[in-house]
Amino acid sequence: MKRCVATAVVLALIGLSGCSNVEPWVKPYERDRLADPIMFFDRDPVSSAYTHHVYEAREGARGGLGSSGGGCGCN
Amino acid sequence: MARTFLCLLALATLSWLSCGHAAVLPEDRADALYHRYDGGGVTIDGPSLLVRKQVAKNVSVAANYYVDSISSASIDVVTTASAYSEKRTEMSVGADYLYNSTIFSTGYKNSDESDYTANSAYFGVSQDLFGALTNISMSYARGWDDVSRTGDSEFSEDVERHSYRLGISQILTRNLLMGMTLETITDEGFLNNPYRSVRYLDPDSERGYSYQAEIYPNTRTSTAVSVRGRYRLPYRAALHSEYRFFDDTWGIAAHTGELGYTQPVWGRWMLDLSYRYYTQTAADFYSDLFSREDAQNYMARDKELSDFDSHTLGIGVSYEILPEGWRFFEKGNLSVRYNYIYFDYENFRDLRDDGNAPGTEPLYNFSANVVQFFFSVWF
Repeated sequence: MKRCVATAVVLALIGLSGCSNVEPWVKPYERDRLADPIMFFDRDPVSSAYTHHVYEAREGARGGLGSSGGGCGCN
Repeated sequence: MARTFLCLLALATLSWLSCGHAAVLPEDRADALYHRYDGGGVTIDGPSLLVRKQVAKNVSVAANYYVDSISSASIDVVTTASAYSEKRTEMSVGADYLYNSTIFSTGYKNSDESDYTANSAYFGVSQDLFGALTNISMSYARGWDDVSRTGDSEFSEDVERHSYRLGISQILTRNLLMGMTLETITDEGFLNNPYRSVRYLDPDSERGYSYQAEIYPNTRTSTAVSVRGRYRLPYRAALHSEYRFFDDTWGIAAHTGELGYTQPVWGRWMLDLSYRYYTQTAADFYSDLFSREDAQNYMARDKELSDFDSHTLGIGVSYEILPEGWRFFEKGNLSVRYNYIYFDYENFRDLRDDGNAPGTEPLYNFSANVVQFFFSVWF
């Protein structure tokens, strides 16, 4: 839990600094390859949700898997 | 602690709201899936329907209906109970709201079966940063379950759950995406299975052992951290990998690793191949055979809490059926996925053969076939 809170603080600070003008080193027009569906972390959510359910029902471990959001940022 | 996390969630949200990079809502799509799991004497199948639609300029909603029809004659059932059938129905709804560069998400899920009801609600926020090279997300979920026992109207217990999830995804190069997730889950309440038993040495029994009800702690806290990557090869194909480390207060530590390859072929076909390895240590209070009745305060003989490994080989094929669209559909896919899973237990024994002395029975293993067929349309 302490790790969670510490990470939340870091994320909040990153959020506060995120408005500064950081020059993207991969330009939007260079992200065509990342926009390809083969590069999606979660191409078919209905299928990945089922697959995670199959594992979680039979394993002691849980959580932490799956997409953490975002994508190619090219829209 | 939950209040601290929520305050920080609010702080991060407020700090992100003033940033100006564009974010996008998820695509409008509908999926109809049939799933079937067959392994270890258990067959589970049923449908899953998922629809997501943008309903206003900045709002997207989603709904999912999912069914597990279960027919079980698993090793636990065969050795300590009778085969049974049951049905679990799960329904969930969710909404995403886009405000400048921030997406707020909320949702509710209900799962219902004859002796167990689970409810959960979540709230999350995600933000693109640094020219949309980085995406950060945070979410909190609360769950509340009601546990009952078939044939025992007096039995009624509950469970409360809290989940805290943090994620980051990052574009590293023109060909490489990375992501990390940290998730902590806490449970409090009746956490064991009300039907499951542990066995203990009993010289007075003809077979040398007897059974008593298992007893679990009534709290559990777990932390999982994972890192994943997706790499676009020089030709149109992708490699992906994922690693997760898991640890909890019951003494279970687990490692999960996965490698996969995605290759479009013949224009409208897509091929996915994957391999997944999973290994875990047993819970501190797990034993296949306790030395005597009431040997410990907490006792479990659930094979999911034992020492074991599993290997999964997966193959998937998708075919694009509407490449040019049709009426208001932009495109459609037909997909089939098959996973072969092999479970190998290190300290859970197969008691189906009575000819062995207690504690010398063969170790248990089994394989499972998992099939999914699904039809997807985008509109």
